[in-house]
Amino acid sequence: MLKLMFSNQLYLVLAQALVAAIAAMVVVLLARRRGIHLESETLVAMLRGIIQITAVGSILLLLLRAPRWTSVFLLAAMMIAAGATSARRAKNMPGAFRVSAWSIAFGSGSVIAVMTWLGVIDTAITSLVPVGSMLITNAMNTNGLALNRFRADVLAHAGEIETALALGADAKNSVSPYVQAAFESSLIPAIDSLRSLGIVWIPGLMAGMLLSGARPVYAAIYQFVVLAMIFAASGLTSLVSTLLIRDGIFTAAQQLSLQPGR
Amino acid sequence: MDNIPVTRSPNPDPVLRTEHLGCVVNEKILVEDVNFEVRTGEVLAIVGPSGAGKSSLLRLLNRLDEPTSGTVYLEGTDYRQIAPRELRRRLGLVNQRPFLFPGTVEQNLQFGPLQRGESLSKDAVDELLSEVGLKGYASRNVANLSGGEAQRVSVARTLANSPLILLLDEPTSALDETSKREVEASIQRVVRDQGLTCILVTHDTAQAARLAARALVLESGHVVRNGPINEVLHA
Repeated sequence: MLKLMFSNQLYLVLAQALVAAIAAMVVVLLARRRGIHLESETLVAMLRGIIQITAVGSILLLLLRAPRWTSVFLLAAMMIAAGATSARRAKNMPGAFRVSAWSIAFGSGSVIAVMTWLGVIDTAITSLVPVGSMLITNAMNTNGLALNRFRADVLAHAGEIETALALGADAKNSVSPYVQAAFESSLIPAIDSLRSLGIVWIPGLMAGMLLSGARPVYAAIYQFVVLAMIFAASGLTSLVSTLLIRDGIFTAAQQLSLQPGR
Repeated sequence: MDNIPVTRSPNPDPVLRTEHLGCVVNEKILVEDVNFEVRTGEVLAIVGPSGAGKSSLLRLLNRLDEPTSGTVYLEGTDYRQIAPRELRRRLGLVNQRPFLFPGTVEQNLQFGPLQRGESLSKDAVDELLSEVGLKGYASRNVANLSGGEAQRVSVARTLANSPLILLLDEPTSALDETSKREVEASIQRVVRDQGLTCILVTHDTAQAARLAARALVLESGHVVRNGPINEVLHA
């Protein structure tokens, strides 16, 4: 229908973006009727998203002609931005940004480095940056989920944690059930993505490869490769972030510093 | 139940002494300039209205919170020189809510000793449960206990660590009258049989009179009275 209304490609894309945004806002309005207020957060996120992705799309045009080493700086900047974004999910947790940035850098960075060295990811900037950004984004989401779950569990079980401390448990043991729960729950999306690959969804990367003429079986296997790398990067990130944040919520005297109402 | 407070002659040397102890959080004074001492075998009640700083004081004694001024001496040693885990084992804390860990009663009793690589014998578990009037409860799942039973398991779990001093934070405030008396009886039996030093936080002055020989009254984080229970409560 939109294609009939707009013959100009730019206007068509803008109209498509507007319709998609309206669909998202309808959900926000439905949530509002149930007393859940996501209006400002969703609006800001959508505005940021459209501006950022348009800017990156423009930069990618320039990068096609840039030397390969520039992708290292680009990926490092993405990791820092990802750390800042997911740290917001860990409100009042000491060192959340530091923990997030290091965890994402270690989790996604080590998978990107090893896979590039092995030749699984092409070193061409047009391949390394988009695939790397997928790993970083998923690592960021996993990290956010892990920190959010850990924070909620610690606040809800402060009594149990302090009881364990009062009985002589060390800080690490007193929160170990919550570290494990945060790690497990943060990996649910990555596991479900792998499990439902090809049945529930055909990811954009595969669709893009098919459109550009790649053979379907190659496109499908490479999509699995990407999802397996996403799982590895996300798992490593969550493993590191839950361990680092665990140590950050206790003082040197093994006192729980993350307390309800403080 | 024996309603006579424990009046064993205490050892003249204080087992615990606070010196100008205070804690300020977010510019709010929780406790300020608290000075008192407790002698071996003594039961001290800390009483006062809600928000007076009673539980905050107990958390400072157990070092779950850090004092912002002053310190605590345990058997003459500044407690900041004692490893936190060892300090907390020696100053056993029983909370207002029992916070039992999922599993059996015995698993809860084994929790503390396991933290230092030890375990209780079956006889030791039975003896602890007898002390709190729960003989034969070792294999019961804690999910099936009443409030009073859960609190008595919590007392036994703390005793399993062989503490030097028992810190009780409103141990009966969430219980009905019958359960409350059962827990009180358990506390009295333990204190009498083991000669344990005990600091009891309670807003219930009648309970303080039943269990303690001496009382300290807190108001707005400050000690306003300190002395023999009858003198302090009737001042």
